[in-house]
Amino acid sequence: MKITINGKETALAENPARTVESLLDELDVAQRQYISVELNGEILERDAFGNTPVQSGDILEFLYFMGGGR
Amino acid sequence: MLTDEQIERYSRHIMLKEVGGKGQQRLFDGRVLIIGAGGLGSPIALYLAAAGVGAIGIADADDVDLSNLQRQVIHFTPDVGKPKVESAREKMEAINPDVRVRTYKEWVSAANIGSIIADYDFVIDGTDNFAAKFLINDACVLAGKPYSHGGILQFDGQTMTVRPGESACYRCIFPEPPPKDAIPTCSRAGVIGVLPGVLGAIQATEAIKFLLAKGDLLTNRLLTYNALRMKFREIPLKRNPACPICGEHPTITEVKDELDALTVCDLEHR
Repeated sequence: MKITINGKETALAENPARTVESLLDELDVAQRQYISVELNGEILERDAFGNTPVQSGDILEFLYFMGGGR
Repeated sequence: MLTDEQIERYSRHIMLKEVGGKGQQRLFDGRVLIIGAGGLGSPIALYLAAAGVGAIGIADADDVDLSNLQRQVIHFTPDVGKPKVESAREKMEAINPDVRVRTYKEWVSAANIGSIIADYDFVIDGTDNFAAKFLINDACVLAGKPYSHGGILQFDGQTMTVRPGESACYRCIFPEPPPKDAIPTCSRAGVIGVLPGVLGAIQATEAIKFLLAKGDLLTNRLLTYNALRMKFREIPLKRNPACPICGEHPTITEVKDELDALTVCDLEHR
């Protein structure tokens, strides 16, 4: 199946059990304990990562903390 | 009324139909606060002064350090050891004597931020730690003060403009600061010197557009930039009903210091 992550189309093996949380592990996403996830235009609550399925065609944005400025 | 000298100084503004004499007057009448006189604050302060923004506040408790000069272009080698806000004020006044610069040689905190931002139309976050970034968001949202968020690290930057009550705020995306030391800072992870120039120029543009009331602000969008790949991306955002400060059931009703978000490096600075 195909999903879009941060603007890039990404092909993944079919896995009906895949959740946002398991996807972050599967892709070994940096700082995944702290990133925010927008799924199809909505910010997902962190508590919901583990029970939100990832489906074909989903558009995900991983939003990273960036604390610098000086 | 603009003097002949001002008409000449701002001629390239005045000939723009979006600015004109009226717009230039709006900039003169504008009041912008820059929090942080560092990487982001440097280009912001230089461009806002050059543009003729009438009143510019600049807040930073730090002194200029040799390691700042690779990117903090408002500070020069002879300024090392001088308060950053004084060094910045000298350059801003040298560029444009029309501009009234007010300096705040202090860190923003829950105790002082409300009274500092009260005197300004638009606030720009040029700080380097999450405690300050969340504090600025909270204070601006609670006061209904529009502001520009900016963040940089290594080769990446992000910025968004917040119109409280109308567009997504920083906590709509990031409800809570990350734990202390979870995310590297520039002082530990490095930053390419031109990066804050790119992001700061965008933040200054937002302040100017806001004062002119022209164009579309960077609201409900997070603009991200990667210098290595030379790519800009725009992530559409919307207000989050669960946002702890501007959502339907806010849990934050007054500013507080996010002490847990201070990094060791920040504490060493203080």
